[in-house]
Amino acid sequence: MPTRPVSPHLSVYKMSRYTLATSIFNRFTGVGLSLGLLLLVYWLMAVADGAHAHARAARLLSHPLAKLLYAALIIAFCYHLVAGIRHLVWDTGRGLERAQSRRSAWLVVAVSLALILLIVYGAWFAGARAS
Amino acid sequence: MSLRSPLGRVLGLGAAKDGVQHWWMQRLTSVALVPLSIWFVVSLLALPALDHPAVVAWMSHSWTALLLVIFVLTATWHSQLGVRVVVEDYVHGAGSKTVTLVIVTFTHVLIAAAGVFAVLRVAFGRAP
Repeated sequence: MPTRPVSPHLSVYKMSRYTLATSIFNRFTGVGLSLGLLLLVYWLMAVADGAHAHARAARLLSHPLAKLLYAALIIAFCYHLVAGIRHLVWDTGRGLERAQSRRSAWLVVAVSLALILLIVYGAWFAGARAS
Repeated sequence: MSLRSPLGRVLGLGAAKDGVQHWWMQRLTSVALVPLSIWFVVSLLALPALDHPAVVAWMSHSWTALLLVIFVLTATWHSQLGVRVVVEDYVHGAGSKTVTLVIVTFTHVLIAAAGVFAVLRVAFGRAP
């Protein structure tokens, strides 16, 4: 390991900066969604292995702790989606001024919160329909 | 001796030697994932039930199977590109960095192959 300072050193930044917070949360949720992919493929493989394997997987996937995981995945998905679109807008060269960037940071939080509520609402209705 | 000028050889190549390939594929997959991931979440929520017959009926639809395959492949590719950068940023030391990157790559190949295999197995198993 090099003895020179190696970027990015998380410990030297002010964590309260919205620029840092929105950026690191985008990364954090991205890694979380990667783990979600593992879960998705586990489920798909169980479906492919027939009703028996699916029932066994469904028991595991409907554990109360798994529901906590789905809540985290919904939050991660909504934030990563909206923050990713913000990045795509930046890539066109727009919205990079400090005032615009601060405004879009709040917009990302607001829109992802709205999306989270929408999905939870949809999931609640789907659950009511299934039972 | 190469007939290409030194400028011609370095054009498009940064310090990483592969130019904008990684950056561009990350943008391309993210643009594709906006509609794909929204489609996936909405379809899951629209399922009448999550029991085996309902899921199999959904997955054996040709368009569903096709979109699921594209979704799994695009999402794993995007995930691989993202996790790779996280590892490159936070895992220091050449040895541990290389080992972690190899594990990350292998895992993503496994996820992609398993996802595609599972969807196709269900879809082809139910073909008329």
